[in-house]
Amino acid sequence: MLTARQARQAIGGGVLALTLVSLFVAIAVIALLSWDTGRAGSRLMTAYTWRILFFTIWQAFLSTLLSVGLAVPVALALARRPSFPGRIWIIRLMAVPMGLPVLIGALGLIGIWGRQGMANQSLLAIGVSQPVSIYGLSGILIAHVFFNLPLATRLLLASLERLPAEYWLIASSLGMKPFSVFRLIEWPALRRVAPGVAGLVYMLCATSFTLVLVLGGGPAATTLEVAIYQSLHFDFDPPRAIALAFLQIGVTTILLALISVFPAPEAWGLTAGRLPRRFDGSGFGSKAWDAIVIAIAAVFLVLPLASIAISGLHADLIRLASSDIFVKAAATSLSIALVSGLVAVGFSILVINARSAISQAASAGAGLKSLSAALAGLSSLVLLVPPVVLGTGWFLALRPMGDISRFAPILVALVNALMALPFAMRVIAPAMEAHRIRTGRLSASLGLAGWSRIRHIDFPVLIRPMLMALSFAMALSLGDLGAVALFGSSDFTTLPWLVYNRLASYRSNDADGLALILGIICLALTMIGTAGRERERPNA
Amino acid sequence: MRKILVPFLAAAAALAAHVGPALAQEKTLTVYTYESFTSDWGPGPKVKAAFEKTCGCKVDFVSVADGVALLTRLKLEGESTKADIALGLDTNLVSEAKATSLFAPAGIDTAKVKVPGNYADDTFIPYDYGHFAVIYDTQTIKNPPKSLKDLVDGDPSQKIAIEDPRTSTPGLGLLLWVKSVYGDKAPEAWAKLRKRVLTVTPGWSEAYGMFTKGEVPMVLSYTTSPAYHMVEEKTDRYQAAEFSEGHYIQIEVAGLLKGSKNRDLARQFLQFLVSPAVQDVIPTTNWMMPVSAPSTPLPDAFSKLVQPRKTFLMGSDEVAKNRQAWIDEWLTAMSMN
Repeated sequence: MLTARQARQAIGGGVLALTLVSLFVAIAVIALLSWDTGRAGSRLMTAYTWRILFFTIWQAFLSTLLSVGLAVPVALALARRPSFPGRIWIIRLMAVPMGLPVLIGALGLIGIWGRQGMANQSLLAIGVSQPVSIYGLSGILIAHVFFNLPLATRLLLASLERLPAEYWLIASSLGMKPFSVFRLIEWPALRRVAPGVAGLVYMLCATSFTLVLVLGGGPAATTLEVAIYQSLHFDFDPPRAIALAFLQIGVTTILLALISVFPAPEAWGLTAGRLPRRFDGSGFGSKAWDAIVIAIAAVFLVLPLASIAISGLHADLIRLASSDIFVKAAATSLSIALVSGLVAVGFSILVINARSAISQAASAGAGLKSLSAALAGLSSLVLLVPPVVLGTGWFLALRPMGDISRFAPILVALVNALMALPFAMRVIAPAMEAHRIRTGRLSASLGLAGWSRIRHIDFPVLIRPMLMALSFAMALSLGDLGAVALFGSSDFTTLPWLVYNRLASYRSNDADGLALILGIICLALTMIGTAGRERERPNA
Repeated sequence: MRKILVPFLAAAAALAAHVGPALAQEKTLTVYTYESFTSDWGPGPKVKAAFEKTCGCKVDFVSVADGVALLTRLKLEGESTKADIALGLDTNLVSEAKATSLFAPAGIDTAKVKVPGNYADDTFIPYDYGHFAVIYDTQTIKNPPKSLKDLVDGDPSQKIAIEDPRTSTPGLGLLLWVKSVYGDKAPEAWAKLRKRVLTVTPGWSEAYGMFTKGEVPMVLSYTTSPAYHMVEEKTDRYQAAEFSEGHYIQIEVAGLLKGSKNRDLARQFLQFLVSPAVQDVIPTTNWMMPVSAPSTPLPDAFSKLVQPRKTFLMGSDEVAKNRQAWIDEWLTAMSMN
């Protein structure tokens, strides 16, 4: 229920966000395309391109299916057990894989699932003589599930936790069996967010690079992202890199369009806003099931993290953490993470408000509807623009402005914000939608608007999803190496850069230690994302 | 929104101020290089300090990701580049670097510079080199391969991690090595070697990280890698396998930019680069071999390293011409099932 002025403002904000993001990408692409390589264009759609295109889609599809499919039982179990010791820490740890530099995550996984890893050592103990190799598609899938199952679980869990308390009351008084609860309450809630979550995970897996190469076992496992990197970094052939990037975006758009064809179920019902309390799942069977599901997920998540932590403990952590270069890198990383997190959250709000205003407009014309679609598309597809394209393109665009290296931090922050936008959208959008439906009419009839509405109505409810989105975005940015390979800024040191730098000069012990510290910082950040949770728990 | 915007703008402004332009100095030598050269463990800081003491100037390192990015950046900047020196190309990039016609003959005395394979060039001056080698873990591998042929035909259950020639220079090095030894039979060799390859990583760090974590007992690295472990970690555990056919070499070179406004200073720097002052530092910071006799003997560990009897080095033009075809050949051989 918006006044005409409010609607105009919201839509204007969306147009602004759309323009800025499009410009940011377009400038990079145009700068790259206007560069004359002085050589004849190579054929794009060779047998090789077809093969890696097929492999990219196939592994991303399987990874998504596994990550989201397995996240469903985990989210259901965690939602049904809103208070058990350690629950909050499992949820917090779920944000850590996102904040780890990919290589570190891969080494952690290898420590568990590798040939000499814990899993194979246990097999050896029970008499299997040859190590079971994960290298190949199975390794890629394990890694993608490790990185994405926690993300999917948290997004699904959030949607379950938003269900009105009345649902559980009614379910309990009707004596619903677990299956009925699932069919009538949980499944519709999951279905509302699942396509968005699946799309996000798909895009993350499709653009995976290091994990695919390291765990894929050979060049048969190659994604388009590898080819894009190769043609831009190694061959310096921008037209080819851009063409490959468009191919990636085109194919994904079609797939996401297919996902979005599934009709969205009914929106949220009204609620008195009491704190949810679950009355179901008190039987032994469901307790045992939940315990097993949560335990397996926790072990799967914690073991590689523990392997990283244990390697890290061998390092001289005090010396590392007190070195000047670390302090400087940590400060840089955190400021970049904060800026990119705030930009991502801010842009998400602009986009969500605009789409919501359009959906409420009684007479939204084709123009507004396509604006809404463009906003939705843009805010997810932006994840597919390879950072190396943005980095190189912006290098070219900024070159006339003099000393290029001073733009590096801002550029990294913006690229990270763009990457985090789809995450932030998926955390905030469902929460804002539910909140609007519950409070929109009431606020309108009370004439609440502006600051007082934000303070009394929006802030108390929306602060949690916003903080969660912020912590996701910051973690993501913390683990990112940054696409400034060409910028030549020796003063610009981030934590992941420091980790890679140590690895590149044989100091793997230091790298392990730094990775542990980075993990701890991420964990601390996710405490922001889960802040206030305990307080809101009913005293069940 | 405004409530979010204000602190955000403040943070962004702080970020921008944090990286404000450095103060201009009278005479500055701008050296483009790669990051691991200038990192605090690398030779960069020592080289800078030593040169600044003698030249009465300031050395400004601009470090990009790696040697390939270095050349890309020069290509993009063209004649307007601020670089006086480009340091960190390898011989495979020389042909492409010459094609840019951005470089001028170095014009320095290289009588004392000697690299295996007799590489010499009047424009690109070698400052260090390393032979590629298979490094193995002596705790796991009791009979290391004695030749490339041994490696190719050996027990497929003993694995090796290699780098990808599409994304890394050691990967390209192995590709050229196999090509040098096997010639037209390279695809067959790769098809066999493939069974021993645990994985192909995007860069050296990933492969070497897997190796030191004990995941894989062999890795493609340099003959000098064991020196790091012996000097810094006091362990003989990791050793290079000497291959009877010989080893492929990677030579790192530096060149003088034609457009340099400090040409004399730049020449002085190149000369300095091959003098004992820098050559003494290179082995234990860049973990590569010096190109001229250092003034103080190298640590003991270096005398224990494999000294290849034969060095392979393909001409840069030949590599530039065939690289894509050979990579395609490699892809086909490695992707067969």
